Amino acid sequence: MTTLGSRRRWAGFAIGLVWFFFLLWPLMGIKPGGLEFLPALLVWARIAVAALFVFVLWLLKQQGALGLLERPAARLGGSLSGAARAVPRGLWIAAVLAAAFCLPFFAERYALDVVINVLVYVCLGLGLNVVVGLAGLLDLGYIAFYGVGAYTYALLSVHFGLSFWLCLPLAAVFAAVAGCVIGYPTLRMRGDYLAIVTLGFGEIVRLVLNNWMSLTNGPNGILGIKPPALPWLVDGHWRMLEVRALGGLYYVILGLAAFTVLAVYRLNHSRIGRAFEAVREDETAAQLMGVNTFAIKLLAYAMGAIFGGLAGAFFAGRMRFVSPESFTFMESAMVLAMVVLGGMGSIPGVILGSLALIALPEVFRGFELYRMLVFGGVMAVMMILKPRGLWPARRVGQRSEERGRG
Amino acid sequence: MSEPILELRGVCAGYGNIQALREVSLKVMPGEIVTIIGANGAGKSTTLMTICNVVRATSGQVFYQGRDITGLSADKLPGRGLCQVPEGRRIFPRLTVQENLEMGAFLRKDAARIEFDLDKVFTYFPVLKERRKQPGGTLSGGEQQMLAVGRALMTRPRLLLLDEPSLGLAPLIVQRIFSIIRTINQEEDVTVLLVEQNANLALQTASRGYVLETGSVVLEDTSANLLANPDIRKAYLGE
Repeated sequence: MTTLGSRRRWAGFAIGLVWFFFLLWPLMGIKPGGLEFLPALLVWARIAVAALFVFVLWLLKQQGALGLLERPAARLGGSLSGAARAVPRGLWIAAVLAAAFCLPFFAERYALDVVINVLVYVCLGLGLNVVVGLAGLLDLGYIAFYGVGAYTYALLSVHFGLSFWLCLPLAAVFAAVAGCVIGYPTLRMRGDYLAIVTLGFGEIVRLVLNNWMSLTNGPNGILGIKPPALPWLVDGHWRMLEVRALGGLYYVILGLAAFTVLAVYRLNHSRIGRAFEAVREDETAAQLMGVNTFAIKLLAYAMGAIFGGLAGAFFAGRMRFVSPESFTFMESAMVLAMVVLGGMGSIPGVILGSLALIALPEVFRGFELYRMLVFGGVMAVMMILKPRGLWPARRVGQRSEERGRG
Repeated sequence: MSEPILELRGVCAGYGNIQALREVSLKVMPGEIVTIIGANGAGKSTTLMTICNVVRATSGQVFYQGRDITGLSADKLPGRGLCQVPEGRRIFPRLTVQENLEMGAFLRKDAARIEFDLDKVFTYFPVLKERRKQPGGTLSGGEQQMLAVGRALMTRPRLLLLDEPSLGLAPLIVQRIFSIIRTINQEEDVTVLLVEQNANLALQTASRGYVLETGSVVLEDTSANLLANPDIRKAYLGE
């Protein structure tokens, strides 16, 4: 073998390492006693060795020196995906559903808790996906609808003792109404302006929940919300029993998530879904084809809100407690990150995204301190390497004004 | 003499402080091909956008089939048989060719006629049939223009507004698109208002023409007279 990689690549690698040191040094070196050099250098050296290893591996791959290993691996992967494709899609879905159904019999309490969390975010992500992925409207205040749904059930349950199943559609209706109320003034705006205004409205909803003491009990939140009830056989009679076991809650959210997936899938392939996409691609052209763009955008917003509201009602029933703290901008950003990371407009993508952002941090609890650091790094790397997401949609959401002219 | 299918009376429009149209008046009779020619920035596209109320008229009125449609929202017009093929084609790049065409039939409920019209568009533009599963954005410029015209035909228009169909296309493709425009006009009985920079071709296709200069109609005549007019030949036909 002659030289490994060009000089430019090595120079780039060296510059990257030097840059990283200057990033690391102030973070680790500035102590109350003054500036320290050694701890940063030690960490940096370890990372540099790891980076060097990865870099050389990458260079070898570029030069095809790893062909010996790669070709059989590619053949294996190819035959595997071929085999996967040979199985009909219905069978796949059935297998996934069966696995999901059996999960509570095997999973321990903690794992089940995490999975319930993932499913809540699947609902949220798919709802936001309708707004961002299909209709191309960047919404930074989506969590407001989650909050509206949660408080709808919380208040109706505590004050009127209404059952969860009755409140579920009510929460969806209230969230949709909130979507229309917020959407009506904001949806006249496009692009960045819309994003900022939705951000503002998201915060307004949280602040209202926080300060409307007489209704929401402010930052203290609402206690004593009833969990959902499921029909149960007791002494030979069917009774509605409150679900306190995690397994029961799991089936409730599994049902909600399945409903959401089905609804969003149907929407994707409907005339209305097509209109959402047309508005995303070119608003003026869509209007010239007879699409009432304002009504369609409002509809997208309300539909997204419905799924948020459903998830919110479940959240309230599961926690048996709600407070404004659960509906911060950070949550909106999280849901948006799931959609973008997974792949805008893609249902399996959003599910993968929720799994990655909720389950992985739990798996790596050991590195909890560095979670946000790693999160930021992973997001940056993802957007460079796979900008269309983990599981890209057949076509990816892009707002019409981003495409430029001509 | 019958009633005009489209009439503009003293229409003014603008963007912010810039006035783009000054008292534009014009008439289009049913079955005609009428062209608006003029230089860059003369207000040709603005005229079409004002007819569809994408750009708002500050004064004046637009009549379509005898009804005042000034201020009527743009999405109501395709249902009444008025459709525009906007400048720069503006197809939906990530929808497939077929989906683009189906978007043209968005307001229609008559599934059988839609199918019939789809077949007809495919006979006018066979290349679209070959590429029906392909995203619109992957088509060449000429094919995209065909798609834009086909999409507008899917609305079953009685009046078609065409904005610069020759823009950026090879001469051979332009010839084909214009011959199809003539066919549509004759066989489908679709009235056409054609905006063009390629004045020569536009006047050969249309029966009458309006000349627009800095937002005003400066001349109105039959195409034959305009083609013979020395001023027009000098300014727009490159002599």
